Amino acid sequence: MLELKPEEKAMLEGRQGKATRKAMEIITLLGEIYGAKRLIPVSSVQIAGVSYDNLGEPGLEFLSDMAVDGKARVLTTLNPAGMDLEEWQKHGINADFARNQQRVIDAFAKMGVMTTCTCTPYLVGNLPHFGEHVAWAESSAVCFANSVIGARTNREGGPSALAASLTGVTAEYGLHLDENRVAEVKYDVRTRLKTTDDFGLLGQVIGERTKQAIPYITGISHATTEDLMSFSASVATYGGVAMFHMEDITPRTTTVPEKVQIITQEDLSNARRALDDKDAVIDFISIGCPHASIDEISHIANMLDGKRVKKGKTVWITTARPTKDLAVRMGYYDKIEKAGAFLVSDACCAVAPLKGRFTGLMTDSAKACFYARGKNKFKTEIRTIDECIREAVV
Amino acid sequence: MKLQGRKVFRGKVAGEALVTTQDISFYGGCDPQTGQIVEKGHELEGKSVAGKVLVFPTGKGSTVGSYILYALRKNGKAPLAIVNKIVDPVVAVGCIISEIPAVDQVQIDRLHSGQKVEVDADHGAVSTSG
Repeated sequence: MLELKPEEKAMLEGRQGKATRKAMEIITLLGEIYGAKRLIPVSSVQIAGVSYDNLGEPGLEFLSDMAVDGKARVLTTLNPAGMDLEEWQKHGINADFARNQQRVIDAFAKMGVMTTCTCTPYLVGNLPHFGEHVAWAESSAVCFANSVIGARTNREGGPSALAASLTGVTAEYGLHLDENRVAEVKYDVRTRLKTTDDFGLLGQVIGERTKQAIPYITGISHATTEDLMSFSASVATYGGVAMFHMEDITPRTTTVPEKVQIITQEDLSNARRALDDKDAVIDFISIGCPHASIDEISHIANMLDGKRVKKGKTVWITTARPTKDLAVRMGYYDKIEKAGAFLVSDACCAVAPLKGRFTGLMTDSAKACFYARGKNKFKTEIRTIDECIREAVV
Repeated sequence: MKLQGRKVFRGKVAGEALVTTQDISFYGGCDPQTGQIVEKGHELEGKSVAGKVLVFPTGKGSTVGSYILYALRKNGKAPLAIVNKIVDPVVAVGCIISEIPAVDQVQIDRLHSGQKVEVDADHGAVSTSG
């Protein structure tokens, strides 16, 4: 039985406005469905369902209604939108879409939500610490927060994340509780992973095998933050996994499962073959799913310096707005754009309205391949970042 | 006949049941303009959920489904009530934001399409007259 504090009851009874009431109804109902005993404060929220391409008019109407009197009570940031909020015109986004996308952003801004528009909020000012309770929605960020940082969040939907923001609480169930964060299957990786695409492929293999069971991964001797971002995105896309443990890399908080599965180079090669369409004609190259870090952008800018993107190919490097601003200051933006590639902020190739614009995507991201195929009907090829950039230029 | 379940979202309504043994994905599976089920091969394909007491085991598919229920409500095509065997978060949230009375943990195999049913969501009850 869910017990509410007086303050929470007041919200539920509508004494703090309509939007807060609706938000508290969402929180308490989910709590009842999942058998929570109480609500707990969250220190940050990350909301998904921002691109107008996914939300459509119904989603926008809901957000506008909530924005009438709803206000964020804790630090709240947004998932990528369907376009770069400033440079959308040069990326071929139509004006109708841009207007509607801006209405979505305005509704969030009215509620006091930070319009960061990124799937990597932890890189740009929304970084919880170990053990902190948060309510995040973006599946890759949820996985990163639970696993790499050791913060605690369920995989929220758009409305339930917004509800947590407007009330400052979430129901205590699922991954907020110790007993649900224990590893269930051990995966021993018997091959060396070098680049972000390798980690994406590993996420795909483990995600497909483990489904919802929390994996404990051994055999990884080294991983960069970008590698872990790629792995988090992929394992969450191809499985229902919202958390993993990686020996000597993520915080040691679990017992080690006895059941072991081996992952070989052949498993990774098979995963790579599955994402490589033989008849793909590559006219779109995109890096930045999850959003590229400043280190990746620096590397790509140096690769593109003095080069020229081939005719008939479009290159998107997608990232968060603050990272783009830094890239401008560092001269990376100029190097990338002078080569004819685009440094796109606020958006990504999975949520922008790209259907019908391209036929074949090359990327280093296993997650991007999934959405390119499913949502946009593109053929795909997965390569290292370096190979992607080499494919792009003359 | 009275079936006892659990309240998901408040409200008391009476209307005609539309029953399926198959799960429903509102996102991609139901047209928010017409209320018609459009999922290929679904038992209810071509039928409209508008104004019906919609009875199905549970929801499936994308979380955007919550917003489709909201759109149905705005377009006047929402179900009168929803009765589930077990509610999933997407439908639950959809019912709350759209204010659709809903009950779950109901033995839905006792219900059939065309029946007149009363849903008293506040008490988690579904009853038929006949």
